[in-house]
Amino acid sequence: MATALSTSSAPGAEVARLQEIAGRLRLDIIEMLHQAGSGHPGGSLSAIDIVTCLFFSRMRHDPRRPTWPERDRFVLSKGHAVPALYAAMAQAGYFPREELKTLRRLGSRLQGHPVASALPGIEACTGSLGQGLSVAQGMALASKLDGGKFHVYCMVGDGECQEGQIWEAAMSAPKFQLDNLTLFLDYNKGQIDGPVPQVMDLEPLADKWRAFRWNVIEAPGHDFQALLAAHDEARATRGRPTVIIAHTVKGKGVSFMEHQIAWHGMAPNKEQTQKALAELTRGANGKGA
Amino acid sequence: MPAKATRDAFGEALAKLGDRYPELVALDADLSKSTRSETFAKKFPQRFFEMGIAEMNMIGTAAGLALAGKIPFACSFACFVTGRFDQIRISVAYSNANVRIVGSHAGIAVGDDGYSQQGLEDVSLMRSLPNMAVIQPADDLETEGAVEYLCRHRGPAYLRTTRQKLERVNPEGYRFEFGKIVELLPGGADAVIFATGGEVMFAMQAAAQLAKDGLSVGVANVHTIKPLDVPAVLRLAEAAGAVVTAEDHQVIGGLGSAVAEVLAEAGIGKRLLRIGLKDTFGESGTTEELLARYKLDGQGIAEQAFEFLRA
Repeated sequence: MATALSTSSAPGAEVARLQEIAGRLRLDIIEMLHQAGSGHPGGSLSAIDIVTCLFFSRMRHDPRRPTWPERDRFVLSKGHAVPALYAAMAQAGYFPREELKTLRRLGSRLQGHPVASALPGIEACTGSLGQGLSVAQGMALASKLDGGKFHVYCMVGDGECQEGQIWEAAMSAPKFQLDNLTLFLDYNKGQIDGPVPQVMDLEPLADKWRAFRWNVIEAPGHDFQALLAAHDEARATRGRPTVIIAHTVKGKGVSFMEHQIAWHGMAPNKEQTQKALAELTRGANGKGA
Repeated sequence: MPAKATRDAFGEALAKLGDRYPELVALDADLSKSTRSETFAKKFPQRFFEMGIAEMNMIGTAAGLALAGKIPFACSFACFVTGRFDQIRISVAYSNANVRIVGSHAGIAVGDDGYSQQGLEDVSLMRSLPNMAVIQPADDLETEGAVEYLCRHRGPAYLRTTRQKLERVNPEGYRFEFGKIVELLPGGADAVIFATGGEVMFAMQAAAQLAKDGLSVGVANVHTIKPLDVPAVLRLAEAAGAVVTAEDHQVIGGLGSAVAEVLAEAGIGKRLLRIGLKDTFGESGTTEELLARYKLDGQGIAEQAFEFLRA
């Protein structure tokens, strides 16, 4: 596999490698959103470490063969975080990094929300929240029918779990014993109208998923060692799907964006971009974040 | 040939085609006994997914199956399945997934259950979506042909079937041709009726009755509502004195609208009568009573057409 890298390397080295990649992808996210002039930094930055784990360590995929039938699938149900996905795809080699600049531009393959037919490697159209988990479930069912050749990953947001369809899928995936489906829940605790507990509280969230008979793992969402361990535990689980509730920070990595709801759907201006890039560059050099 | 509901023909066709098309799978939302997907489920239990009363999830799951190479038929009542419009819009149509959405219990002819169970806006909804094909067969032979075609069709499609039995309107050996209007009854010096689904046999009855009144009326079966066979619509409309459409569906957004759009755009100045539900809800009653009340049976179509042509 081109990008499914060795998992036998020492855990410390693997974590350092992923941190380095995620740092670069954060830079790409900020630059991309600045160029576009609109988009969603908060949820992209909270999601990027999980996306990095998948695309650069655990997912079996090949950017040169985006339609390879046996590839693992990643469905980004919280479609507004697509800058995180585009950054990872470009870094992995699905398309030239130069193209990141075209995000949200007329005629670009990098639409404001993921479009499957536009860009090879995007598995499904998302952006209307609540739908991606069902789509991922369908892919997992197809995999099972064909002998279980691939695994399906999905990522939903926390606010997205207010959608009824999420709980329809939560009910059905254990029925079909989809142990080839792993869901990452990006629990950054913020949504457009405010903090999640105020808008529509999800708690007790882990209990809800347990009640629906999922294997539930809670993990700190920016700790690579913990994320990799959670992933591996999910993959080792038989007979039921796993949800990894990743406790994340909205805007993670950029001090003035962290925990700030205002950065859910706003692009940084020139000055903010320079500040963010400076911070992230320091972080990438191991001096911070 | 005894009359047969197109839902029955659908279930039988699906079960029959399962062997030839190994990628064919089916999903239902607790209505498999009614949509007749059960016929397939009994023969291919591993390829049937009972989703419970959760149509949103069923549609999304069907999209995922399709995106991973399967040919899913996702079945429920027409009103319920197309009521999950946003799931069809994004997960199916926008993804250009090879999902076949099957809406049974089309129209007011569903009967006693009343409006909440009668699919009356489904064609309008599905027709508005890019990529989406809309097919409504008029008898068992056409249903079989349509289902077989849908195993090969690329892209999403909506198939509308009836609960009530329909008399056969096509000859033995009939071959379904996607996107082609079937001229069932040529002629139409006075009018041509474009009919679809269960209304086709009634349009034939109406034409026979109108002939007794000295009116020459042709009947065209529009089994593919989208993409509409525009050249045939224009040709038949040009040759006829006036145009009538007949559908067990709202006249807003359905076949009537589709024909009106084509005629208006081409500048064909023919008068048009749209027969169907005229911006009103359905209600309970027997199939026969309702078809009579809303003037959708042979008698009803003939009466409306006669008044229209006389005016």
